[in-house]
Order: sequence, then C-alpha cells, then structure tokens
Amino acid sequence: MQYILLVYLVFALGIFVIPRWLKKHVGIVLAVVQALFFVYFFSRISDATNGSGLLTVIEWLPQIGLNLEFSLNGLSLVFALLITGIGTLVFLYASAYMKSYEGTDKFYFYLFLFGGAMLGLVLSANLIQLFVFWELTSFLSFLLIAFFHKKELARKAAFQSLFVTAFGGLLLLTGVLLIGSVVGSYSVGDWLQHAQSIKNSKLYVPGLLLILAGAFTKSAQFPFHFWLPGAMQAPTPVSAYLHSATMVKAGVFLLALLSPVLGGTDEWTYIITLVGVTTMFLGAYFSITQTDLKAILAYTTISSLGMLVLLIGIDTTLSIKAAILFLFVHAFYKAALFMVAGFIDKKTGTRELSKLGGLYKHMPITFVISVLALLSMAGLPPTLGFLGKELIYEAKMQSPGISSLVLILGVGGNILMVAVSMYFMVKVFLGKEGDYPKKSNEKGFLYLLGPGVLTLLSLLLGLSPAVLGDALVEPAISTIRKEMIDIDLQLWHGFNDVFLLSLLTVMVGMAIFIIVYKRKQFLVKWRSINSYIFSIKFADIFSKSLEGFLNFSERNTKRLQHGYHRYYILTVVLFASVLLWFQVYVTRNWVFDIQFSLTPLYISGLVAIVACSALYAAIAKSRLATIISMGVTGYGISLIYLYYSAVDLAITQILVETLIVVMFVLVLQRMPHFSTLSSKLTRVRDLIIAAFFGSVMTVLAIKALHVELSEPISNLMLENSFVKAHGKNVVNVILVDFRALDTLGEVTVLVIAAMGVFILLKTKKA
Amino acid sequence: MNSVILQLATPYVRSLLIFFAFVALLRGHNNPGGGFIGGLLAALAIVFSSFAFDRRPVQRKLKIKPGGYVAMGLVFLLLSFSPSLLKSQMLMEGVWVTIPMGILGELNVGSPLLFDIGVFMAVIGVTLMFFFTLTNRK
Repeated sequence: MQYILLVYLVFALGIFVIPRWLKKHVGIVLAVVQALFFVYFFSRISDATNGSGLLTVIEWLPQIGLNLEFSLNGLSLVFALLITGIGTLVFLYASAYMKSYEGTDKFYFYLFLFGGAMLGLVLSANLIQLFVFWELTSFLSFLLIAFFHKKELARKAAFQSLFVTAFGGLLLLTGVLLIGSVVGSYSVGDWLQHAQSIKNSKLYVPGLLLILAGAFTKSAQFPFHFWLPGAMQAPTPVSAYLHSATMVKAGVFLLALLSPVLGGTDEWTYIITLVGVTTMFLGAYFSITQTDLKAILAYTTISSLGMLVLLIGIDTTLSIKAAILFLFVHAFYKAALFMVAGFIDKKTGTRELSKLGGLYKHMPITFVISVLALLSMAGLPPTLGFLGKELIYEAKMQSPGISSLVLILGVGGNILMVAVSMYFMVKVFLGKEGDYPKKSNEKGFLYLLGPGVLTLLSLLLGLSPAVLGDALVEPAISTIRKEMIDIDLQLWHGFNDVFLLSLLTVMVGMAIFIIVYKRKQFLVKWRSINSYIFSIKFADIFSKSLEGFLNFSERNTKRLQHGYHRYYILTVVLFASVLLWFQVYVTRNWVFDIQFSLTPLYISGLVAIVACSALYAAIAKSRLATIISMGVTGYGISLIYLYYSAVDLAITQILVETLIVVMFVLVLQRMPHFSTLSSKLTRVRDLIIAAFFGSVMTVLAIKALHVELSEPISNLMLENSFVKAHGKNVVNVILVDFRALDTLGEVTVLVIAAMGVFILLKTKKA
Repeated sequence: MNSVILQLATPYVRSLLIFFAFVALLRGHNNPGGGFIGGLLAALAIVFSSFAFDRRPVQRKLKIKPGGYVAMGLVFLLLSFSPSLLKSQMLMEGVWVTIPMGILGELNVGSPLLFDIGVFMAVIGVTLMFFFTLTNRK
C-alpha cells in the first residue's frame, strides 16, 4: 500500500516534466491513474473485507512507537474507493473546467497530492502517521482554496480554513499523545486491544475532548463550521472533491475509526450527538437563505456532515449502517451537484440565484442529472438518498438517551433539505427565463460525465441496494462494530412509522418550499430575521479575535522591542546585576580570603593606570579621547596577563585591542559631532546602574578565585596536553583539541556576527 | 593617509606581518600563537596596507574576498573532522601522524592543525568583513 502513495508522489512531481503535447491532457492522464487505483482497490474488496483486512507495518522508530502502518479494512476501503472513484471523475471534470486558467500545473499538482494525502490518511493505522497526513490535507487544501490568489476573498478564506483545520490538527495530536501515553503505543490495533483501560484512565476525557475537537474542526461541525462556506472560493473541481469524498470526511473517518476505542461512553455519545444534530439543523437552516449556488451547496454539506457525525455518535449498529450508507449517498449527490453548479457558472456566467431561471430549455441533460441528484439530497425515492434517509430515521428513533431532541432537530433538518432541494431545482431550471451574462449552451461532454455517472450510480444502487450492502457496507460496519453483521438493504420498507415520518418530512418540506418560492417577501424577511438573530457571524468573530490578538502582541512587542539600544543594554545589565547580587547574597556564608598582593610595585602602577584610563573614558569630552583611553585600559590589562604568564591571552588581547581602536577611528569619521544630549538626571541614573553592575562583577571575580565547587580540570589538561595531544601549549591544545567543539561554536558565532554586520551596513535604507 | 614613508615601508611590514602570522599559526601547538592570533596578524597586514594606500585598490586586489576566507575557514573546520570519522573514532578526536625527519627528530602532524588552519582562515575573513563593511559606508 505504501507504493500507492509513492506512485501518487511520482505522478504529482511528473506533472512538471511531462512533454508539452501531453500537457493539455494532464487532467485526463491523472484521472486514468486514479481510475487504475480505483480498480486496484475494487479488486481488493475480498481481501480487505476478510477478517481484519490487510496490514503492512514498516518499522521506523519502534522504540517510541513511530512506525508506518497501513491497513486496508472494510472502513478504509469504503473511503479509498470514494477518494479514487470520485477523484477520477473530478479530474476528468477539471480537465475541461481548468482549461481557461493560468497555472494549471500547480493546480493539478496540489489536487493530485491532496488525493494522495487523503488516501494516506484513510489507510493509516498509526495515529501519528494519520496526523501527518491530516495536516498535509489541511495544508494542500489551503493551497487549493487560495488558487485564485489574486482575489483577496480567496486568500482570506484559505487562511481561515488553514488556521481552523491546522489548529484542530494540533489539538488532535495532543489528544493522540495523551491517549497514546495510556497505552504506550500509537497503533490503532494496540488501542483497540486496550480500549477498556483507555476508558478507565484519567486521561480519557481530556484526550477524547481534544481528539473530538480535531475531528469537529476538520468536518466543519458547529461552532467551527464557518470555514467551509469560505472554502468555496476554490475552483469548482476542488469544491466538488473537498466536499464530497475528501477533507471534510476526514473527521468523520477519524470518528468512525476510533469509535470502537473511545466510543460507548456517555461523554462520547452526548457530545457527538449534540454537536452533530446542531450542525445538521443549522447547516440546513442557513442554506435556504443563501443566494449563491455554491454557498447553498456548502451549507448543505455542513448539514450532511452534521448528520454523519450524529449517526456515529448514536453508536448503534443501525446508526453506523445508516452512516456508511449516507456516506455514499452524500458523496454521490454532492459531487454531482457541485460539478453541475460549476458547469452552470461556466456556461451562463453566474452562480447567483436571482439571475438564474428556466435553464431546462438550454440545458436539458443537466436538468435531468440535477433533478436526480436533488432527489437524492431530499431523500426521495427511487434514489439511494431515500434509502439513506429511511435508515437515518430508523436510527434516530432508536437512539438512546436524548432521542426526542435528536428526532425533532433531525427531522427538522431533513424538512429543510427537502425545501432547499426543491427551491434549487425550481429556481434554477424552471420558472421564468433568467438574466444571463453569457449566452448559454450545453457543450462539454467532460463536464457532464462526472455528474452523469454519479447520479446514475445513485439511481441504480437505489433500486438494488443489496449490491452495495453486501460488498461494502457490511465489512465497513464490522470494522467499526467489531462483529460480523448481516445487513439487508431494501428500497421499500413497508408502511411503518419511519415511512410516515418520511411522508411528513416531504409534505412540510414542500410547504416551506411553496411559501418561500411564491412569496418573495417571505424569503427576504427570513433573511433579515436570520441576519438579526445571527448578527454575530462566526467567521467575523474568528477574524476579529485574530486581529485583536495580533494587535495585542504588536503593542506588547513595541513595548519590549522599542528599538533603543541604550535601553536594551540597560535592561540586560540591570537584570543581570540584580540576579547576581541575589546569588551573592544567598551564598554570603562562603569564606572570603582576600589578599591583595599588588607586588611588585609596577603591577600596582599598572592597575592604577588601567583604572584611571577607564575612568577618563567615561568622562572624556571627545570620542577619540574615549577610544584611546579605552585602548590604554586594554593594553594595560594585557600587560597584567603577561605578568601572570598568560602569553597567548596577552598577544590576543593586544591584537584585538589594536584592531578595535583602528576600526573605531574609522567609524568615528562618519559620526556626527559629539554633544551631550542626556539630562543630568539620566547620567546620574546611568552612573548608579554602572556602579551597581561594576561592583557585582568585582565581587564575582574575587569570589571566583576563592570558591572551589569541584576539582579544577586544569591539572588534568596540563598532564594530558603533551601525552595525548602532542602539544606543549596547553591553551592551544584546549582550543583546538580538548574543547574544539567550543571553539567551533565560537567561530560560528563570529561568522554569524560578521554576516550580521555585513547585512546591516550594506542594506540600503528604503 | 598619504604618507610616502608609510607607503614605502608597507611592503616590508606587510610581508613581516604575514610571515609572523604563519609562524604563529604553525608553532601555536607548542609555543604561544595559534590560529586565532595568526589570523588576527594576517588581517592586520591587510588593514595596515589599506591605511598606507587607499582602501579601495587594496580591497580590489585581494585574490580571495573576505567571504571566501570565511567559507574556506569553515571548510577546513569540517575537513578536520573527517580523519576521526574515517578512522571511526569519536567525532573530533585528534588523529596524529608521526613523520621521522632524520637529524631534526620527528614531526607530529595531526588533525588539530587542520582545525587551527580553519580558525585562522575564518578569523581573517571575519575581521576583514568587519573592516571593509565598516569603512565602505558613504
């Protein structure tokens, strides 16, 4: 399986090197590759669904539980088939859609890699590995959403989606690490074996919350749903792929994958069910008042994701069955509808509902396809959607605990879905002729191939659902529920309360649609009510709080990084001397044995000269005098070194001192005239601080002589210098051999400093 | 500066400084000296001649630019690691070769010399970089 991902990478990189004649058809080539993978996964159905499926482990760092683990089981197979299957259709669609745009190489590169990353995610059986692919999909979708990067809206939306999903990814990682520390492994298989001890552990609840936060951000659950409508700024093929089979389904996949490990507790059920049902209702509720085709679809995606999450949260065999089935239903109709919306946009030049209408005359085939897809979305027979909805109702009615709330909100969501589907269909295709910027036609086989195949599948599978049930749904359920289950999918369930509920849904949905459609005023009013109730927009809160945070940190940075060199030094010196004085105070009990041995006399004289010149440097009235007297200090100190037979040190000090004086003199020529700008008070303050620091340094120097914390290593070095390092000059041996690593570090610092000087002085002022 | 005496003396002083730079570098292991001191001396030679003449022709005449010296120094530092790695010893452990020199006794040459040469080069480069960028401003 790891080779599949390698092939993805190779083909993605290959996009940049293929010959020019093939470049026009790169979308089709990639579609063929995806199709081949689809066939591969399809041929593996029997292998993958046999028992616990296929597992490949490549050890990387087994000591800390980091391995590459790929597993193909019932659940990952369902996702893999959706990713490659819908991927094929999306690439075919894109090869037509993207023709007129610049930079399609980049587009295909991102989109193909994205497919690969998504596949890697669903095949991962190690959660750290899953996290890597998870963040990879976040990052690639960022690049895809920002594909039209010249539009500010696209950039903003891309950033927002990256921020939300990557942040969620980090939460997920934290959660995985927490739970992983209970088990001592990140392998899903190990987690399954220790499911009970995980649930009993103290870390279960925090770990669960973090992992859920990761899944909810990715799958656009309330209150993190706001990034998804923004993501429609991406080119339409991307939206079709992102919303139907990939990206947002990653969260659902994660929940399904971990439900046998973490599920079955009250926390799991209540949190997921409540979030799911809220998302489902709100998504459908918001979708009606949208005016952009893609926005409507985006909000219904949120609603559908809420539904999927809710079903996983209910956590009964029936609900899982409904979830897996609905996964197919939603992938089929959502991909088809997005492609249709993009097609309409391309051909008519608009996606605004107010400008569309009566399209069935110009686009009859599109009309048929859309009607079938919308029937599926509304959950009406004879499509797969009807079956899905029936199952969902059944699951909801049986949901334990808070079934009444779930049922009411759930049915409410479905009612709204019916209304939206009807509204979409009637407004776009029927009704009075729209006002199109372009003259519309229906040319473009590739545009309609994808939606056509998907709706046909939805219709055929709706009529004979047992095919799907036996081959794919059953193994997926048994992967999640860890038991073999024989399910029986039929289109017709007979008259029962579920059917009555469906009937009610359709009738109320129709009623809402008629009101909305006939009375324009009503929708306008509804919109204004919505904007009144929901005047707090989540996306706005997000960007406002981000802005606030940036301002906050900017203000603080300005306070700390004020740009005045004198205050930086003042801060450092003051801080250091306070700390050092504190340490001196704490260790005041150490015995001092001070003997000033300033003999012979010339050393005392030297010290006096050094002290005087240092003092003069501080009060001198010209820069040159300051520098020369500092030079005197330096040379004096080097003489003291010499007296104590530190020849190397003395030579170095003399040379450095010479160079410094030379350079200072050179710089001085370019400095403004010396003048006293500081007030007397400032100078007194500086004097005090300087004295404070100087005194602590003196005390420290004296102390360093008298304190012996451990045996000094100088003797060891003296003994070994010639024997082991063939050198009589111990200083040099230490520098180039014993402590060569330190020297290396110092040289590096020097080089970096030189580069810093070079860059600072060479950069021209703007 | 435009001093004829200085300009006439410069070739000799410069040669002497460079000679002593190498002396300091090579004898550093047993006597006072070493790469750092040698590097400073060599850099001083160039600083000195750019005082005697104008700075620009000196800078232009340099066969290797300061950045080149820095790079060479870092390369030598890296090279000094390779003997120990090739002999699969600890990284940066000194490797010594004894060359018999007849009457003169024997000469010990080791990888720390390479290290010292690296320091030597890097110090020349860094000092000249400081010097030329500081004086180059308009």
